[in-house]
Parts: sequence; structure tokens; C-alpha cells
Amino acid sequence: MTRKRRRLWVLVACGLGFGSATALTLSAFTSDIVFFMLPGDVLTKHPAPGRAFRLGGMVAEGTLKQTMVDGAPGAVFGVTDGHGHVVPAEYQGVLPDLFREGQGVVAMGAMTPDGDFRATEVLAKHSADYMPPEVEAALKKNHMWNPATGAPPPAAAWNGTGAKLAGG
Amino acid sequence: MDATSPALPSVAPKRGRNLHRFANPGRFLRLSGRVLPWLAICGAVFTLAGLAWGLFVAPPDWQQGDAVRIMYVHVPAAWLASMGYAALAVCAVISIVWRHPLADLAALEIGPVGAAFTALCLATGSLWGKPMWGAWWVWDARLTSVLVLFFLYLGQIALIRAFDNPERGYRAAAILALVGAVNLPIIKFSVDWWNTLHQPDTIHLFGRTTMSASMLDPLLVSALGFTLVFAALVLARLRSAVMERRIRSLLSARARQAEVSA
Repeated sequence: MTRKRRRLWVLVACGLGFGSATALTLSAFTSDIVFFMLPGDVLTKHPAPGRAFRLGGMVAEGTLKQTMVDGAPGAVFGVTDGHGHVVPAEYQGVLPDLFREGQGVVAMGAMTPDGDFRATEVLAKHSADYMPPEVEAALKKNHMWNPATGAPPPAAAWNGTGAKLAGG
Repeated sequence: MDATSPALPSVAPKRGRNLHRFANPGRFLRLSGRVLPWLAICGAVFTLAGLAWGLFVAPPDWQQGDAVRIMYVHVPAAWLASMGYAALAVCAVISIVWRHPLADLAALEIGPVGAAFTALCLATGSLWGKPMWGAWWVWDARLTSVLVLFFLYLGQIALIRAFDNPERGYRAAAILALVGAVNLPIIKFSVDWWNTLHQPDTIHLFGRTTMSASMLDPLLVSALGFTLVFAALVLARLRSAVMERRIRSLLSARARQAEVSA
């Protein structure tokens, strides 16, 4: 009994020590573990032009323009964090299917000397909202949700009423 | 299998602690033999029902379209990958503290099954990522921590079989399982602690779930099926491992007898 108990306590002590060591390490390296920088970080930290990093946020409403970038088809758009910070970005190439205003986006690239973000690769960040197309149409039709401004209402608010909404 | 005459000396201690009742291989084989067919049948039924429901009946998603159906395989596989490793860690504690022989065998058999589910999770996630994100793979915190989980499984599988003396392998693998368990909260909370390309959790036990019930129901049925299949696979492997051990000890006892009489 005493031996078992001692092994248990040794295990608990090791677990506490190892767990807190890992937690400290992770919190120390948090800025390196993040996959992308938010527009707010970019505007305060001013990454040097030409230094590659990932910029993440939402495509700001009313900013997406399909246009020519350096003589090839591309797009210009603003990336926002929803707190008023917007970084203008440009991308030459084909955007992913999910890319649209109000949708999350992660772009690899670097700042240009004139303060724009020049993306070399654009990834769409998917939201955590899952719903059938008819519910989406019904929510929009009943003015319960505008995809460009934010997340839809929680599923509990419309579950079961989807058919009714779609009918009405 | 004649379970009434245990070939191994009974390991059950005199104190009759609850856990050690199952250390008796005969009792374990008898009990698990009764449970296994039910586990296997229910697992197959729920998995097939959940997948058929999700792949053919459930609605497409408003922005992902039909690609959302990968979720009915990916999400249960991901849950089971983590739960399998948590089971390994529990076995490791039981093995190190109480020296329970069945826990060592369970760790031996959970490893490959868990690794297979993790591989399934990674593969389906990659297939979904290309059309949705625009990339097969990115090094964000969620994807990287699940890849680390896969490597931990591979390391555990290799380590537990690496020694001539199986006891040393069990001990080393148990320590690896416990050290690796620190990765489980990292996987779970990676999408909350750091910004990642992987979307945050949709299903919350306490709080708002942002998924239509018409998709959540087949997902939960599929997850239940995957869980039962996982348990059935581990139990079947565990049974054959126990039988193999018994047969080996019988054969070596017979060989020793023959040596003595010769």
C-alpha cells in the first residue's frame, strides 16, 4: 500500500512539474506559435517591408475589388480585425472558393514600402458555423443575419424553425 | 477456451481489490467474450447508419457545399484519436502505480488502433483543406499538434515492442504515454489559445453550438459508431494478446517438462 501510494505521489509530482514546464514554455513562445498576425498587430508593430509573415482577419466589407495587379488579374481587398484596424492588401492570382467579404482570410506575404500588404498566397479561413443553404437563405430573408457583418445567430435560435423560416 | 483452469498463476492479490479481479486472464476472456459481439455489431450498425445519414441524407452546407460531408468521418476520427491517447495515459497510470498486467497489454493494443484513427483524421482533414482553405497542409497549432500526436503514437508502438524483456518495454512506453498526454490539452485548446487556420470548436457541451441539428444528429451517431468500433477493435486485439500469452506460457511449460524428463 505505501509503495503504491508513493508511486502515485511521484507520478502526480512529475505530472505537475512537467505540465507547468510545458505551460510556461508555450506561453513564452505564444507569439511564435500563432499562425498569423492580426491587422491591429501589423499597424502597431510595423513589420519591415519585405519581411514575410502571415496576415489574418476578415475581408472588410465593401473593399474587395477584382482588378489588375502588376498587369495580371488579381484582387485588392482590406483585411480587418473587426476593431477598426484595416490593412490594405493586394493579391495576384485566383482566390479560393470561400473567399468573400465578411469571410475569414489568412494571407502569406510582406508589406510593401508604401504600406500595403502584398500577398503571395491566400487561404480562406472557414468559420465554425454549419447550416443548410435553405436556413441561410431564410435567415437572410428574415433579416436575422447578414453574413458580411458577423457570425449567424446560434443554432438553438433557429433549429427546428428552419422549415418554417424557409416557408415564410 | 476453457476459462475455469487458469494456466497462468493467478495474479489476483489476497486483498481482492476491484481492479485486480480482471487481472485473472480466464475471467477477462469470459467477460470480454460476452461483450465483444455486441460491441462489434452495435459499432458497425451505428457507424454505417451515421455515415449513410451524413453522406446521403444530411443537407449540404451553405458555404462548403457537399465538402462538409467529410466532417462525418473527420470529426469522429479526431475525437477518437485524442480519446485513444487518453486511454493510453490511463493505462500508463494503472501500470506504473498498480502494476496491473492487463493495463500493459491494453497499452500494447490501443497504440496501433489509435494511430490508425489519427492517420484517418489527418488524411480526411487534408482532403477537406485543399478545396476549402486552398492548402493540403499548413503548420498551424491545431494541425501541428495532431501531427505530434500521430508521432507520439508511432513512438509508443515502437518503444513498447523494442525490448527483449517486455516488462521494460511496458515501463518505457507508459512513461512516454504520460509525457505525451501533455499534448492532449494543447490539441483541444490550440484553436482558442492561438489564432489558427483551423476553425474553432463548433460543438460545445456547455454553450452555443453553431451547427444545424440536421447535421449534428448524423455526426453524433457516427461518433458513437466510431467509438464502439474503436472499443471493439481494442477488445478483440486484447483478447488475442491474452490468449497468445497463455498459449506461449503453456508451450514453454511443456518444453521445460520435456527437458526435465529427457
